[in-house]
Amino acid sequence: MTAPDTPDESETLIRIRGLRYARGAHMIFDGVDLDIPRGKVTAIMGPSGTGKTTLLRLIGGQLYPDAGSIQVDGKEVPALNRSQLYELRQRMGMLFQSGALLTDLNVYDNVAFPLREHTALPESMIRDLVLMKLHAVGLRGAIDLMPAELSGGMARRVALARAIALDPTMIMYDEPFTGQDPISKGALVQLIRLLNDALGLSSIVVSHDVAETAAISDYVYLISGGKVIGHGTPDIIRDSESEWIRQFMDGLPDGPVPFHYPAPDYADDLLRHGVASG
Amino acid sequence: MLNAIRQIGRNSIRFFTKLGRSVLFLLKTLAGIPSVLRRPHLLIAQLLSVGVLSLLIIAVSGLFVGMVLALQGYNTLVGFGAEESLGVVVALSIVRELGPVVTALLFAGRAGSALTAEIGLMKATEQLSGMEMMAVDPMHRIIAPRFLAGFLSMPLLAAVFSAVGVYGGFFVGVGLLGVDDGAYWSQMQAAVDVNEDVLNGVIKSLVFGFVVTWIAVFEGYDAVPTSEGVSRATTRTVVHAALAVLGLDFVLTALMFGEV
Amino acid sequence: MRQSKSVELMVGMFVAAGLAALFVLAMKVSNLSSFTPADSYQVTARFDNIGGLKVRSPVTAGGVRVGRVAAIEYDSTRFEAVTTLEIDQRYDSFPMDTSASIYTAGLLGEQYVGLEPGGAEEVLEDGADIYLTQPAMIIEKLVSKFLFDKASGDGE
Repeated sequence: MTAPDTPDESETLIRIRGLRYARGAHMIFDGVDLDIPRGKVTAIMGPSGTGKTTLLRLIGGQLYPDAGSIQVDGKEVPALNRSQLYELRQRMGMLFQSGALLTDLNVYDNVAFPLREHTALPESMIRDLVLMKLHAVGLRGAIDLMPAELSGGMARRVALARAIALDPTMIMYDEPFTGQDPISKGALVQLIRLLNDALGLSSIVVSHDVAETAAISDYVYLISGGKVIGHGTPDIIRDSESEWIRQFMDGLPDGPVPFHYPAPDYADDLLRHGVASG
Repeated sequence: MLNAIRQIGRNSIRFFTKLGRSVLFLLKTLAGIPSVLRRPHLLIAQLLSVGVLSLLIIAVSGLFVGMVLALQGYNTLVGFGAEESLGVVVALSIVRELGPVVTALLFAGRAGSALTAEIGLMKATEQLSGMEMMAVDPMHRIIAPRFLAGFLSMPLLAAVFSAVGVYGGFFVGVGLLGVDDGAYWSQMQAAVDVNEDVLNGVIKSLVFGFVVTWIAVFEGYDAVPTSEGVSRATTRTVVHAALAVLGLDFVLTALMFGEV
Repeated sequence: MRQSKSVELMVGMFVAAGLAALFVLAMKVSNLSSFTPADSYQVTARFDNIGGLKVRSPVTAGGVRVGRVAAIEYDSTRFEAVTTLEIDQRYDSFPMDTSASIYTAGLLGEQYVGLEPGGAEEVLEDGADIYLTQPAMIIEKLVSKFLFDKASGDGE
């Protein structure tokens, strides 16, 4: 696969080349090339089970690739030692699918957590910062609630406030829209775009929600079968003639991604079972 | 036949991989302890949930064990006219054996299973990954304080168990069965040695605390991150910790008191 | 994380309770309070037979505990058991001709060394030797002696 038509060098925040990663015998990435531009919202889309979350973990240095290079801000992530990696992670925010709020702390302490861990700010300043971040996601009123008392959408917004607490340069969103009602989906869509532009962030949105993701992203990568099968601005992708892209974007049940999980011939299977049980 | 041998091989490999993982895990945990000492409030919070909340069950169990020992011991000793030695029987059994062992078993059931479940659920709900991505090492922030709290709580809990147990024996022996008050304490003091008995009991409980907490936090951290995986890990904690305590107790007793 | 005062209070009480329990074990349950071997002096006593005497067995005088057996060895030139008795410094005026005997507490109780003071002017000092000793009574010996006497008596 040829490298994507790269924008300007300094405009690239994350550069991935020839990424290979296998879990056991199962090849998840087989030569992936990606460029994430600075200051933009980049979407990575693909069917479930194509390792989109794994990609985020590889970028965050939680997993190590079998081959290939992952550069974040010019630094080769797999080659960093522990303290360099932790330093880099302070500039990365990540929003997990579940929110991953600390269940034994309330909303305030959850958002204050990274500030308390990484800075020596006085409590009054931490309080101001927490209130600012919570206000940005519209949950300043929920400050004393425990994570168990939040709805799924609220939990994700609190997690988002926590992810931006240290003013990172980039945020990775792992399936931010999954399982959300239309209202909280709309709120999240708006927040991702607003925060990206207001705070000068670079955002990576991993999702299979085509409409919402395409609406806010500046650039789209489509991944399937361990390879990048298409990339471009949302308009280019939407108008693509590729059979695969058409199936994914339009949500067709059958196509290059078959409806049926690989299985022996249907008639044979029925017949064989009939014999066995008869 | 060949399959059976292969099965043995597979299980041994799995066992030793897990053992290796747990030792590496322990080393990382120990490396995290200095950072806990710099932030004592993390330790204090864990001492509350590991130590204080186990205190009641330990004290009540100690009381009953002491009372039962006094009843049983009295019935045996009175046959030899040696009921004055009841204090010795109660104190030696509790301080040397039952204090550390029963406390460790209760501790595994009460605090160990809770630790495993808590850490396992934190893993299942991505809280540990989330912390890593916030550049906070969960080994330092989550595991090490819990480990240290368990290790420190155990000898204190065992001491409470033993002291309460000796008084439980006193209530039954002296209060109900009419053993002489002075004989109960004086015979006990004559027979129980600080270094030989009390100190060895404390050493035992330190070892048990170390092993039980190690098993508990490791099983939690190593749990398969699903609800079934966490429940299995919790069961494993209680079973493995109980076996480890009883097995180690034999080894320690042989080393300390055995004249082999 | 803000730590509430009650958490600190409860943990403080827990630690205090644990330490108090350890203190009880040391002072009330064990012999730390009654006998400290720090200020004591040692004398030796030789016995033909010490029976079931053990290290840490009590040493008494007039039924009062004054020390303990610190060591037991066997002298293979004189074929005697050599015991080292550790006696509390408070009881430092035993006469030189004090005798030591091994008794049994009750019928089945543990064995201990009983000291009976003599009438000499000089007193036992550290490292002194008690030369008047009486060995432990061995039940089997008594029984066989009794039976032997009985048998020889019948024969007359």
